Amino acid sequence: MRESLFHSHRKAIASAIYTNRLFHMFVGMITVSTFILIIGLLYTILGKGLPKLSLDFLFTLPNELEAGGGVGPFLFNSFYVLILSLILSLPIGIGAGIFLAEYAPNNRFTEFVRTSVESLASVPSIVFGLFGYVLFVEYVGIGLTIIGAAVTLALLNLPVLARVTEEAIQAVPQDIREASLALGATKSQTILKVVLPAALNGILTGISLVACRAFGESAIIILAGGTSTSGFMWDFNLLSQGGTLPVHLWYVQSEALVPDATEIAQKSAAILVLIVLIISFTVRFPLWIQTLITKIKATPRKS
Amino acid sequence: MALPAEHVRIQHEQMKTKQWRMKYMKNNAFRYACLVSALSLGVALFSIVIFISQTGFLVFKDVSWKEFFFSATWEPFEEKYGAAVFIAGTLYLTFLTLIMCTPIALAIAIFIAEMAPNWLKNIMRPMLDLLVGIPSIVYGFLGLTILIPFIRETTGTLVGDGFFAAALVLTMMVLPTVARISDDAICAVPQHLREAGYALGSTKLQVITRIVLPAARPGILTAIILGMTRAIGETMAVVMVIGNTAQFGWDLLTPTSVLTSNIVMQITNVQFDSTWNYALYMMAFLLLFISLVLIIIIRQLRPKGE
Repeated sequence: MRESLFHSHRKAIASAIYTNRLFHMFVGMITVSTFILIIGLLYTILGKGLPKLSLDFLFTLPNELEAGGGVGPFLFNSFYVLILSLILSLPIGIGAGIFLAEYAPNNRFTEFVRTSVESLASVPSIVFGLFGYVLFVEYVGIGLTIIGAAVTLALLNLPVLARVTEEAIQAVPQDIREASLALGATKSQTILKVVLPAALNGILTGISLVACRAFGESAIIILAGGTSTSGFMWDFNLLSQGGTLPVHLWYVQSEALVPDATEIAQKSAAILVLIVLIISFTVRFPLWIQTLITKIKATPRKS
Repeated sequence: MALPAEHVRIQHEQMKTKQWRMKYMKNNAFRYACLVSALSLGVALFSIVIFISQTGFLVFKDVSWKEFFFSATWEPFEEKYGAAVFIAGTLYLTFLTLIMCTPIALAIAIFIAEMAPNWLKNIMRPMLDLLVGIPSIVYGFLGLTILIPFIRETTGTLVGDGFFAAALVLTMMVLPTVARISDDAICAVPQHLREAGYALGSTKLQVITRIVLPAARPGILTAIILGMTRAIGETMAVVMVIGNTAQFGWDLLTPTSVLTSNIVMQITNVQFDSTWNYALYMMAFLLLFISLVLIIIIRQLRPKGE
């Protein structure tokens, strides 16, 4: 009797199935162990810092020589610089995104804009920092300031915002636009009142991404904002030094003389991680609820 | 009696034309606002390149090209500005990071895209996105407080700082980015290619390695290069674990230095109008140049018309 293909290749097939199973186990193991490792590390940070945290620490002034100082001005500066940089970068970034998605003709100029967006997105943050330093400290001559840090940080935000906005807008179906145009709306009205609201989910996710990145950025702040603050709380002066919490974490870890430096560093790291988690969750939470609702609505009812 | 009615009609028409004119002015204004903001990104990039290169190239007034690029003696107090240690260090560190990061990131991407059940996907993807947002300084802090003591204990070296610690920290930082983009690239491979493979009797492994990965290759390469740009430009995480000494550290456990860490450690202590400062700006320009070249490579990888 002639053997079938299956019989003559039995060994090859068996080994293929065997390696396939091995591969599954291997990939699964790598993924799971990496996730466990990273989550474990983050958990260590939170576990070491959070239990020691007190409201006092969040709002009191830092102390250079004695234990027990807080991070008040640094935390305040972090948010102040973040919000300023977002105010500066949101209109321009979203505008650029709208241009790329809606207006950009297919020519050299668009190609140029696209290339600059991508290049700007890959510029190392330390180069932005040096740029801020040259611009504000050397040419404008105002020294290390909050406004310098915010403007430089805004440059870091811009390309990401532009790209995210462009992607979100391109995902909006064409017929919505056509419906709006058919009702007599101008193109700008269509974009502002129809397309942008429809793309809002994507844009918000992008903003949360940008906010996290800007909040944790330290190289730029060191060069354009300095490592210290004006020294008292609630200082809205744009020209005082703009050290933020990540910078303080670095400073405490490398140069500080305070006896409780390790503890301050642990607590600051925990706050940083916590705030980043909060920023991402507050933006994504409404999205999750929304998708959940649409899912429930979409499931056919039994009748 | 027809007159007032006519009058009202004309007035009404005039008002309408005014409204129309306003509407179209607004329309055009919005268009130009968008155009200007898009243009301003280009302007920002160009001014960064010009400012940094202008300051950086001043270094060649005092230091020869040869010395800057090929001399390994970095002793600013004795007027010796050889940046070879830092340039080689940056390239070497990036290479190490890639070697460690790529297989793991690919495994994660394949697992998420091809194997994980939906509920697990819905947990893992947002988690990776979250990890991208963790500040780099936190990773550096982790390396400094957990990884370095661990390296000291296991290898018995005195310091523990060096390329190994830096590469591990960078791997952890870059991993989510590379995994997430590769995952997108793998998911973008059309389903029917896979089905054709299965119909021919392939196992999942064969479909993945012979069909899906080759089809997703441009996307995966883009992911790896984007990871590279992050690894090259990362400053604060590296500065905390690399040791900051101007010497070669090929054996992975010797304290050494790279472009970014050297810039950030020294820039605050130097005069703006000094050769030292110009040398640091030149190093920043090198970083900028490398990342721009990488972006051009990515653009070449992309199929035309997209």
